Amino acid sequence: MTNGGPIIRVQALRKVFRVGDVDVEALRGVDLSVNKGDFVAIVGPSGSGKSTLFHILGGLTAPTSGSVSIDGTDLATLSENGRTRVRGSKVGFVFQKYNLLPTLSARDNIAIALDIAGKATEPDASFQDVLRFLGIEHRLDHKPRAMSGGEQQRVAIARAIVNQPAILLADEPTGNLDTASSDAVLALLRDLNQRMGQTILMITHNPEAAAYANRTVKMRDGRIVS
Amino acid sequence: MVNQLVAENLKHRPVRTLLSIVAIGIEVVLILTLVGLSRGMIDEAQRRARGVGADIWVRPPGTSVLSLSGASMPEKMIAYFASQPHVVVATGSIVQSAGTGLDNVQGIQIEHFEKMSGGFRYLEGGPFAGSEDLIVDERYASQNKLKVGSRWKVINREWRVGGIVEPGKLTRLFLPMNLVQDLTGNTGKISQIFIKLDDSKNTAEVVAAFKANPQLAGYGIFSIDEYTSLWSIDNLPAIKPFIFIVIFIAVTVGFIVVFLSMYTAVLERTREIGVLKSLGAQPGYILGILLREAGVLGLLGAVLGVIFSFGTRMLVARFAGAMLVQHIVPDWWPYTTALAVGGAMLGTLYPAWKAVRQDTLEALSYD
Repeated sequence: MTNGGPIIRVQALRKVFRVGDVDVEALRGVDLSVNKGDFVAIVGPSGSGKSTLFHILGGLTAPTSGSVSIDGTDLATLSENGRTRVRGSKVGFVFQKYNLLPTLSARDNIAIALDIAGKATEPDASFQDVLRFLGIEHRLDHKPRAMSGGEQQRVAIARAIVNQPAILLADEPTGNLDTASSDAVLALLRDLNQRMGQTILMITHNPEAAAYANRTVKMRDGRIVS
Repeated sequence: MVNQLVAENLKHRPVRTLLSIVAIGIEVVLILTLVGLSRGMIDEAQRRARGVGADIWVRPPGTSVLSLSGASMPEKMIAYFASQPHVVVATGSIVQSAGTGLDNVQGIQIEHFEKMSGGFRYLEGGPFAGSEDLIVDERYASQNKLKVGSRWKVINREWRVGGIVEPGKLTRLFLPMNLVQDLTGNTGKISQIFIKLDDSKNTAEVVAAFKANPQLAGYGIFSIDEYTSLWSIDNLPAIKPFIFIVIFIAVTVGFIVVFLSMYTAVLERTREIGVLKSLGAQPGYILGILLREAGVLGLLGAVLGVIFSFGTRMLVARFAGAMLVQHIVPDWWPYTTALAVGGAMLGTLYPAWKAVRQDTLEALSYD
């Protein structure tokens, strides 16, 4: 579902890593535009640069050159703290390994995202519908170790969207899940996009997962090839 | 929310948390015990000095009020003081180490001493009945399980416990003065003289008169108020530096324990710190979590240390010498709490700085 103008604008994006004495060019001039409400799958083999693009889009690392605009904010010009601020307000992450805080219950894992954003730690009433929609409203008082991988990933999705971010970045969200759980999580992401208009960028090397998106971007050798 | 995370983090590693709290508790109890002992011994000494009932206390030249033994004053000076205006009773004692720990025994002229102090209150037995009799106070007796008739070795000689008295007068062990003098080769010599006046209001006048006497030059002549005020930390030359050294060592130990604990915690939580950063947590937020954890450790450690100090008081009362008295010192609780919390936070600064400086990407890929 596409319902707005570009929310992500990437132009001439380059990223060079120094590995020992060797410069490794992970991104070689990437241009990408994603509209608000898009569900984009970024696919490509290992080393194609999709993870690096994900990290730059999420403000986890700075580009070497080029520009990256998220909801009108150019990440390339921001300091580490500035990028952290953008992460808190405009970006939600879903990781392959869920990355929930093991000492907190599902409810508190969601609440801490609100706390970091400086909001009240009790989600508003409308979010209860999201929790029901994600099928975790009855599991909120459990800690991650008491939950299945699929449940943990659904909590991670809830945490990622509780602050209503401009974009949801999902890095191999089904990489650790069995087929049934994978299908459930992917269907949820699609529904989130369709029902709530959530802009989603998902990295995957699984074509079946990519099929849930309404647009697929292929990467190879640090470039977008289609 | 942060408080919830702090609590859960501390509960997540209960052994590490408990060890940190116990270590801080030991830091605190070290300080509280030392201060409590210093104050307890001083207070007890003051109380027993007042228990003598004297208005004026005379010490030989060149001696400290804190010296435990020695006899360098002629006994005949007692008669001299007894003959002075306003003096009702004058008596003396010879102080000698009992031979065990810090305990000392005082040889007294029991009739004069009782007249001056209002008399011993005997809980068992009575005054010296023979040349073998020893009087002990109730605390010394219970600590050493003595009863009237028990045999007890003091100054390398065995004595019979002839009386057990209520504590609070001069010391805890008493022998006849002449016996102590003879046994220690100090015949005719005493350690101090106590003087009771017809009216305490005359004390200043009499002290001034004694001090004006050139024959008494060099003698320590004190009113009882002046004498007891000399029993203070400031007049115990080594105590203050000793207390500061122990405080320094205790705080250093607490600092190191918390440093190691928090350093390990930060290493262990590398990925979690990465997650918090990915959620937009600024350095101050992460710093706040770790400092609050340290603060809680310090606070709980301080509380435990206070509880421990009641335990050390019990141990001192039960197993240490009768001259050792430990007081509970509530006025020091805020200081030790501040030291424990401050030390814990200081020990957290480097691990916290390391956590804040961690690269988010590297932290997220940490296993």
